[in-house]
Amino acid sequence: MTKLSLSLLALLVATSLVAQSQETFGGQLHGNFQLDGQLYLRDEGIDPSGEFYPDERFLGQGYANFVYTQGNFSGGLRYENYQNVMLGFPEGYRGEGITYRYLQFKQDNLDITVGSFYEQFGSGMVFRSYEERGLGYDNAMDGVRVKANPAKGLYLKGVLGRQRFYFEKSPGIVRGIDAEYNLTEFMPTLDSLGYRWTIGASYLSKYQRGNDPFLVLPENVATAGVRTQFTKGPWALQAEYAYKANDPSADNGYIYKDGNGFIVNLTYSKNGLGLIAGAKRIDNMSFRSDRNGSTIDMLINYLSPTTQVHTYALPALYQYATQINGEEGIQLEANYKIKRKTKLGGKYGTLISANYSVVQSIHKSFVDPSNDTLRVLQGYNSDVFERGDIPYFHDFNVKVSRKVNKRFKYTASYLNLFYNRSVLEDGLGDEAIQNNPENQKLLSADVFVFEGLYKLKSKHYLRSEVQHLGTKDDRGSMAMMLLEYSIAPHWFFSVQDIYNYGNPDVDQRLHYPLASVIYTAGTSRFQMSYGRQQRGIFCVGGVCRVVPPSNGVSFSLTTSF
Amino acid sequence: MKNLLTALVLLLAVFSIQAQELPSTTLKTLEGKQIDIKDAVSKEGPTVISFWATWCKPCIKELTAFTDYAVDLEDDFGAKVLAVSIDDTRNSARVAPLVQGQGWDYTVLLDENQDLKRNLGIVNVPFTIVLNKEGEIVWKHSGYSPGDEETLAEVVEEVAAGKTPSH
Repeated sequence: MTKLSLSLLALLVATSLVAQSQETFGGQLHGNFQLDGQLYLRDEGIDPSGEFYPDERFLGQGYANFVYTQGNFSGGLRYENYQNVMLGFPEGYRGEGITYRYLQFKQDNLDITVGSFYEQFGSGMVFRSYEERGLGYDNAMDGVRVKANPAKGLYLKGVLGRQRFYFEKSPGIVRGIDAEYNLTEFMPTLDSLGYRWTIGASYLSKYQRGNDPFLVLPENVATAGVRTQFTKGPWALQAEYAYKANDPSADNGYIYKDGNGFIVNLTYSKNGLGLIAGAKRIDNMSFRSDRNGSTIDMLINYLSPTTQVHTYALPALYQYATQINGEEGIQLEANYKIKRKTKLGGKYGTLISANYSVVQSIHKSFVDPSNDTLRVLQGYNSDVFERGDIPYFHDFNVKVSRKVNKRFKYTASYLNLFYNRSVLEDGLGDEAIQNNPENQKLLSADVFVFEGLYKLKSKHYLRSEVQHLGTKDDRGSMAMMLLEYSIAPHWFFSVQDIYNYGNPDVDQRLHYPLASVIYTAGTSRFQMSYGRQQRGIFCVGGVCRVVPPSNGVSFSLTTSF
Repeated sequence: MKNLLTALVLLLAVFSIQAQELPSTTLKTLEGKQIDIKDAVSKEGPTVISFWATWCKPCIKELTAFTDYAVDLEDDFGAKVLAVSIDDTRNSARVAPLVQGQGWDYTVLLDENQDLKRNLGIVNVPFTIVLNKEGEIVWKHSGYSPGDEETLAEVVEEVAAGKTPSH
């Protein structure tokens, strides 16, 4: 034992000496660690019947990542642990284990990964495997990825593998290739004229055995996509089109219709002005490596939302999530900085932004159910040039931010929201709504937010938020007040209260107080909170999960190295 | 057992003394050109790399609050600020207009597949690192609360002067 330890010691000392003198020898180790836990308290106000109160009383989960890189080699792994999974996270996360591990090396313009990896083709309409740990979303691939750069400006990617399904793997196999060609790198003339032009194409196929007693299921399902990005001076244009072959699934009700999607964005950015105009239409683009999958499980592609993500607590209660079976929408956004030292802009300048996004159903004319064969095959017909008539969501908002003087800054926002609860909360299909439009649960709300930041003295700041959401629908109107005191660089204290004073149910006109303290030291952060959490929908990207109401003490520790 | 403990302590010490460098990782410029992060950092002075996203409010606050400091640090110490967006491809179309609308003057890079974020073991944005002119990571910070920009500016000044950051 002693001998072994001594030799280890000698080796370590040697390594450390070499590492200091020659950085390439030791390589780099980076990683992180997160641990969350909550002690749940019984609260009859928010949960009269106790249906959300967990048996365990205390739930905790965590993970650690390690990535080692040395020159052209890298390797990594992640250990995850759920004892048991916290409320609001997918129930599939139970237990513990190494869920992610890979080895990667780069050589001769080749970049090869074996094991787990995250990758995407274009905007992800054909393929995107990614993780969103805070949401419990992880569709990592397990297999082989090869990236190559065979000629100047030409980038190729190939993937083969199966997707993660909690502590298991998807039943289907995913294989795909992608090519991106940067024409500017190939043709210097374009570059000298100030044009930047990239084109790309991808093809992906999934295989899943089909042994349904009634349906002849396509076992190999292909998708393909083309895309382009073009910039000239302040202008940029991005467009992408994807096609999916017929793929009967739980999402689309096992119809044999093919799918397609189209996204286009035009942006202008110059001299303090930023403009975005975007449009998209998707039709039957749900694509999973298990045709029976649901919610956030085993999605192969990613259909990004074209709405703004809100981070203020009250508008965030009504977030939009992409409807993968079909939607169409537009988004317009403008950001402008009024110059400093002007009459309108004030001494420090003023930021103004406005955003309008609207999403609705696509036009669908459903095949008559009495014509059974066709019904099973096609499901519905859709006319691209006709508008859908079910409104899903809209959001119009304006925001003004201004630094008044050295000590005071404010941001004032107004939002007008429309949110179709039948579609976005209950997941009702278009056909059910078209047959019975008067039963839709809708929500319209006006939201005002005023945020102020006061500098008390060097490194001491007080931040406040006053929010009001006015509506007659759903849970009714709410008001919120928040105060945060931060002492840079370590301490942060916050208290907030949401008062649901307009709830149609008088017993549910509750206060939701929450107090938190955060201590940060470098890259480590410890947070502790106590209070009530409202029922809500937590979203990242276009994916959302429902979070049940809870009361209790929660803590979170994160660190990275 | 005692020796084993010593060995463990030493092992930790090795990792902590060893100067960390950036792992070579490909990012994209706003024009769609691929670039290695190692080629984007400043060779003349310290580099600040701030990880952010269009949907991350504290990130935008941090970068906005840091603008005034960045101008001075650039002029006085040859410092460079890289704002690395971890937005996915859909949101990355929103990056350039947002940067203009905020009036930022930073070099903006896109980490669309979050490769650099993963290689550096970053949990959440905002996340800030400071490199010295030799390209070694000398300071890291996670999260943003108001006032952190003052600390960051002090750190950059210290790094430019060849000192170890005091925070």
